[in-house]
Amino acid sequence: MFSAQSSPFLKSAPSVSKMMLVVILALIPGILTSIFIFGFGVLMNICLAILSAYSFEAAMLLLRKRPVMVYLKDNSALLTAILIGLALPPLAPWWLTVIGVFFAIVISKQLYGGLGYNIFNPAMVAYAILLVSFPAEMTTYWQTPTALISQSEVSNIIPVSLGLLDTINFQFFSQLPNNLTIDALTSATPLDVVRTSTLTGFATISEIQATGTAFGMFGGIGIEWVNLAFLAGGLFILRKGLISWHIPISLLISLGFLSLLFGSFELDSNPSPLFHLFSGATMLGAFFIATDPVTAASSHKGRIIYGAGIGALIYIIRSWGGYPDAIAFSVLIMNMCVPLLDYYTQPRVYGHD
Amino acid sequence: MLSGVLALIMLAAFFGLVLGFSAIFFKVESSPVVNKIDNLLPQTQCGQCTFPGCRPYAEAIAAKKAPINLCPPGGEKTIQALADLLDVEALPLDESEDTDPIPLVAVIIEEICIGCTLCIQACPVDAILGAAKQMHTVIESECTGCKLCVLPCPVDCIEMVPIKQTLSNWHWQEPQYSVNNKTEETIFTSIQHVLSENAHL
Amino acid sequence: MSLHNTLYKLWPFPGGIKTAGKKELSNQQAINSSKLSRYLSIPLSQHIGSAAEPVVNVGDSVLKGQVLAIAKKDVISAMIHASSSGIVIAIEERLLAHPSGLSSLCIIIETDGYDQWIEHSPEKNIQSLTTKQIISRIGNAGIVGMGGALFPTAPKLTTAVQQTVETLIINAAECEPYITCDDILMQKRPEEIILGILLMKKAVGAKNCLIGIENDKPEACQALINAIQGYDIPHSDAKIEIIQIPARYPAGGEKQLIQVLTGQEVPSGKLPMDLGIICHNVTTAAAVYQAIYCNEPLISRIVTITGGAIKRPQNIEVLIGTPIHNILEQAGLDKEKVEKIILGGPMMGFAVPSVDSPVTKATNCILVSAKGELDSASPAMPCIRCARCTESCPMSLLPQQLYWFAKAHDIEKSQQYHLFDCIECGCCSYVCPSNIPLVQYFRSAKTEILIDRQEHKQSNIARERHEFRLQRLERIKQTKAEASRLRKEKLARKKARDKENDNKTDKNNDLIKEAIARSQAKKTLQQAQKSTPPKATDK
Repeated sequence: MFSAQSSPFLKSAPSVSKMMLVVILALIPGILTSIFIFGFGVLMNICLAILSAYSFEAAMLLLRKRPVMVYLKDNSALLTAILIGLALPPLAPWWLTVIGVFFAIVISKQLYGGLGYNIFNPAMVAYAILLVSFPAEMTTYWQTPTALISQSEVSNIIPVSLGLLDTINFQFFSQLPNNLTIDALTSATPLDVVRTSTLTGFATISEIQATGTAFGMFGGIGIEWVNLAFLAGGLFILRKGLISWHIPISLLISLGFLSLLFGSFELDSNPSPLFHLFSGATMLGAFFIATDPVTAASSHKGRIIYGAGIGALIYIIRSWGGYPDAIAFSVLIMNMCVPLLDYYTQPRVYGHD
Repeated sequence: MLSGVLALIMLAAFFGLVLGFSAIFFKVESSPVVNKIDNLLPQTQCGQCTFPGCRPYAEAIAAKKAPINLCPPGGEKTIQALADLLDVEALPLDESEDTDPIPLVAVIIEEICIGCTLCIQACPVDAILGAAKQMHTVIESECTGCKLCVLPCPVDCIEMVPIKQTLSNWHWQEPQYSVNNKTEETIFTSIQHVLSENAHL
Repeated sequence: MSLHNTLYKLWPFPGGIKTAGKKELSNQQAINSSKLSRYLSIPLSQHIGSAAEPVVNVGDSVLKGQVLAIAKKDVISAMIHASSSGIVIAIEERLLAHPSGLSSLCIIIETDGYDQWIEHSPEKNIQSLTTKQIISRIGNAGIVGMGGALFPTAPKLTTAVQQTVETLIINAAECEPYITCDDILMQKRPEEIILGILLMKKAVGAKNCLIGIENDKPEACQALINAIQGYDIPHSDAKIEIIQIPARYPAGGEKQLIQVLTGQEVPSGKLPMDLGIICHNVTTAAAVYQAIYCNEPLISRIVTITGGAIKRPQNIEVLIGTPIHNILEQAGLDKEKVEKIILGGPMMGFAVPSVDSPVTKATNCILVSAKGELDSASPAMPCIRCARCTESCPMSLLPQQLYWFAKAHDIEKSQQYHLFDCIECGCCSYVCPSNIPLVQYFRSAKTEILIDRQEHKQSNIARERHEFRLQRLERIKQTKAEASRLRKEKLARKKARDKENDNKTDKNNDLIKEAIARSQAKKTLQQAQKSTPPKATDK
């Protein structure tokens, strides 16, 4: 019997794997900047994450009796791995990365049914679990950005940058070159500095500014350039039509607006909107993490609310919460709201009231 | 202490009264469960469930005297619907009867029919026309395919044939292919096949 | 009088897609005629509704344009005519050009090669025709909606006459890629279209008429404008507006065209007529012209034959019933390159089960794709909720939600999310990065629901019949019981009577006995008196 294939016989869309690949390409400027600023640890994190992501993914697909090659080729694990690699502290020990990837791929993605079925953004699940489980490792292994090194005269620390081999040696064997301590290598992130100081009333914004440990030219020192590179990559995928503008724009506007609003009350304890937008993982989060289609809202209105919600939560957690950065928790909290958002923001169907 | 106990008792009594009255005044009349069950059964009246028709089976299910998996004509779909309605676990179909998922319809071979009216008496939905010593015929659109007329026929002139597929009952198949079983070949009759059937091209 | 208004206000429709038109393959050549095929198989059901009823028998010779089958009375149906002269050699089931690959009743004509017309003469007195006459002639010519809907035109017009129709919209959008049969018809025979439109406008009494044409057909648009200007159209028929609309698939969908031209939405479950609008296709208009001006029924149509595996893509005027392979031969089939043969366009057409099946009134395009030209169904990946389908849906549905419900066979939810508002345009499948055959899911879910409803109706009937039967049996039982009771009573009464009678007889017998005894006693007495002489006593 003749079995019919239904129309249409034309397809235009890029495949899922190609979409993912283009997104990864758009991440490259940010990755390079990140390596330049934070050293080879970032590169090592990404490589290790990719390796373990593919291993976990393949193992889980085998266990779940799914065609391994077909799914490995969809590049979704690759993207998740790169995002985890970028989110972790540059000098994170190897096991931190592997555990993170395990939670992302195995728990948050495959156990929920694989690509397309996960409720929570895998990379952010990994980050959140690591942050809660290993708070020390997650906050101390931030290598001092090179931008700060050049300003060593102003700061009272003597930062050093590690070479590739030394980085590997440290990440895998916790061995540092002679006469170096971890304290000499790392420093608190700009967001951390600002939060600790303002929350405890230790220092005002202008006082922090004087130390030169947190503020760069417009954003967080060092990280501002990384953010700028991610912004460029994000605009590229926006231009390419791979993501819609709704989430990143509403996220950035909501974050910017809140920081402007509160900043105008107490100038000296609230950093500027630009600092918020160009610190931490703001741009990476806005363009590459929050826009993950699987876990984001799907209607236009829903996406705007979703993005704005993340922006607002980022500001709230950064200012009054217990953690310096807040992309992961904000994204995860808004992930929970997605079914509700999608349900209440359905478009009006043609011919219906 | 005492006042607390009293207050609780008062509250309990008050809410008890409110609930009791609302149970009486806002009672939702629902159609009896037998009707709902009967509504889900295919109404072939074939008796394969060992009950004399769909309604008796529905009554038996409602009285919890029969399991929900005795209806071969309804198949898995009916079992699932019954399980949903009665909030019980769906059981696999009881395969003691020979089950045939293809819908059938009875056809009387008119040359052989002797006009004995036995099949007319057996038909649960009066879908057979005819009189004594006259040839009988099945009203195809009314036949439920229950096969009850087949056995009584003394000359074996009744055949069960699958309902013919026509444009009016044809429907699109659900897509069969997925990542797991790459069956492109079966889905897309290759053009070579089409062309080879038309060798003159 | 009539104008081409570029400043006409247009309303956009949501979603839709921009496709590579591929129309240049076939929209520049002249319209060729098809070669006369030896056999024509003309299906009896080329329209929505009931199949026509044959009025010829096997062995009859028929002339071109002769009625082969008449429309069924009182239901939606359409007439079928012979497309050429010859002999009816069979009336039998033949494989149809339908996605099902099923067969249906066809009248097969062996052509005699003379292509001899039945006697007919052009109508001279067009202006004197009444609405009723126009519609009945359209019906007699077997005209159906040629845009793909295949709804018989005459009943549609009749309904329109009963309601008030303000606007006649002529669908000349032809938004689907590859297809150029409307385009070429407008380019080559614009006068026929305009005159046909005027007739339909008169028939339904529409005040104005809008021709919606996609802006990728400048030649066709110009030809229509010239045709209007070249004709001396009476003022009463004034106002035909030719409106260029942005080329965006599916602008030619009836609901989308209405939205683009008028800003109105056809309410769900209603018809354009409820808005005072009636839509017809340009090809239908040309067929109306043929039917009324020339008195010729619908026996041929223009078919686009195109695609990468066709050597000479073009538009051919094909007699209804001509086998598809004849046309493939005429246009030159590159057998090395062929991948798929699709009837209709790539967005809404279907792969043909057999190239032997005939061209019908619905066949607007035969697309023979070369390898790699169309999508080669890559395996479906999981949905990543990217919502591209939602953004492309011209009906603002949520295809990704519907996909889950259809897959789970959730009949209630599917309908709650308006599955039946889906027009199956294919935009969602077109943009799906996961290659999910969404339209096929929706088609199968729709038919599943319809069949389910049908089955439920059927089972309700069966229940009623069964209950009726039970009642009947019960009644018979009661009647029988009643009858036997009556019989018994009667019997009892009879017995009683009999007994009484018996008693009576006894009495009688007694009487008789008494009488006998009495008479015997008399007798004995008499005898005794006789035998003993009377005694002499004291005398």
